[in-house]
Amino acid sequence: MKILIDKNQLNEKIKQIAGQIVSNIPAETDIAIIGIRSRGEILAQRLVKALKTHFSGRILNGTLDITLYRDDLNEPKEVQPTVRSTEIDFDITDKLILLVDDVLHTGRSVRAAMDALTDLGRPRLMRLAVLVDRGHHEYPICADYVGLKTDVDESQVVQVNFIEIDKEDRVIVE
Amino acid sequence: MSTHSRTGKIQWTRKHLIGINDLSREEIEFILDTAQGFEEFSTRSIKKAPPLRGKVVVNMFFEDSTRTRNSFTLAASRLSADVIEFTEKSSSVSKGETLIDTARNLEAMGVDIVVIRHSAGGAPKLLTRCIHACVVNAGDGYHEHPTQALLDVYTIRQVRGPLDGLRIGIVGDIAHSRVARSDIYAMTKLGAEVTLVGPPTLMPARVQELPVKVSHRLDDVIEKLDVINMLRIQFERLGGNPFPSVREYSRFFGLTVDRMKRAKPNMLVMHPGPMNRGVEIESEVADGPNSVILRQVSNGLAVRMAVLFLVNQAATQETKEK
Repeated sequence: MKILIDKNQLNEKIKQIAGQIVSNIPAETDIAIIGIRSRGEILAQRLVKALKTHFSGRILNGTLDITLYRDDLNEPKEVQPTVRSTEIDFDITDKLILLVDDVLHTGRSVRAAMDALTDLGRPRLMRLAVLVDRGHHEYPICADYVGLKTDVDESQVVQVNFIEIDKEDRVIVE
Repeated sequence: MSTHSRTGKIQWTRKHLIGINDLSREEIEFILDTAQGFEEFSTRSIKKAPPLRGKVVVNMFFEDSTRTRNSFTLAASRLSADVIEFTEKSSSVSKGETLIDTARNLEAMGVDIVVIRHSAGGAPKLLTRCIHACVVNAGDGYHEHPTQALLDVYTIRQVRGPLDGLRIGIVGDIAHSRVARSDIYAMTKLGAEVTLVGPPTLMPARVQELPVKVSHRLDDVIEKLDVINMLRIQFERLGGNPFPSVREYSRFFGLTVDRMKRAKPNMLVMHPGPMNRGVEIESEVADGPNSVILRQVSNGLAVRMAVLFLVNQAATQETKEK
């Protein structure tokens, strides 16, 4: 196990992502920050906090469950997926959506998330923010805002821990 | 939206849902938690998701049904499955084909999930031994009606939170009710205390072996109940004269406005449908503020989506093990 991002660095990384967003999106824009369950949900909440002071427009927050849209649902797997609720209590049509996930790897989760979202409405713009882009994308998907871009060997797993549901804030490679 | 006990991850391994009696508390809670994920579907702009795309669900109904059948059809469609509607009257069953042959023939067309309602208890179980498809019981004889019980406990949990310690009365024709049987299993497994209320002639045989209390007077128990589930008298199944007259039955066992005055102010009023207004329940009560009868129907959709999703997931896992 190797620590990729420690507790202090993690806060910095989130600030960094927020900085990229602020410099890229006009301050008066309404923005809907939607996290993919479950680590993306927490990252999204932290981004909402970090961005609050920068945006004069409304910041909406929601959580997306992508289980039903996974492309491996009808393949046997080690761990069975659990369906949980999507909690987006606003209409996403014509909104600027900032989709948030913890790690970008194959790009399959993001593909599923885009399908899940477009079943809820037709956003004006969709952008992607991730804490770690670890490479080895299998689908043509890139993140717009990235905390850390690094190449991690295929055989290894990047794990993001958040104090809200794990013991501490950190990102490790195993 | 309720956010009650999220059970830890369990592996769902059942490709058939035959009865609640087979399920553990954890499994029941897992279905309810999964159903919660389907609850928001009705409010979405596109009320469909792809998990059963390319799968075929057949609705084999050998008995009449409004709610269950349409609910299963809609649930399957919302999961993007193709649905075949089978009715006994317009099928070769009327030409003498057996249940098993009918099912095998449908399976030969590539059916993945069979939803079956049959007047013979045990018919769904029998099917599981003859075909490879998933089998979901939509009501068999006097045996079980698992998805009704699941939507009942889902509705109670949604409104009142966990069922532990709740006092639930099931009133009426218990003897002929597969809903009552499945409800008893589901509610007691989730920790509720169930009292069956009705004339002795409408109590099931060997009722003392069930984990319930029995009362023959609604007035004796109504004040204590947190939830009341009113059942229809199944006139089509009655033999003999279980009570002197319908009028007398409703005087003793009907849920009337007068009786409601003696109940707890927040007692939930439930009914699995179809209702006989004026017999077991007065219209004002059925449409009143305590009634969750239509909410039961909406929740039925989420619960059935969850069940279809889960049995298909179990079947998917099975292909790995082979």
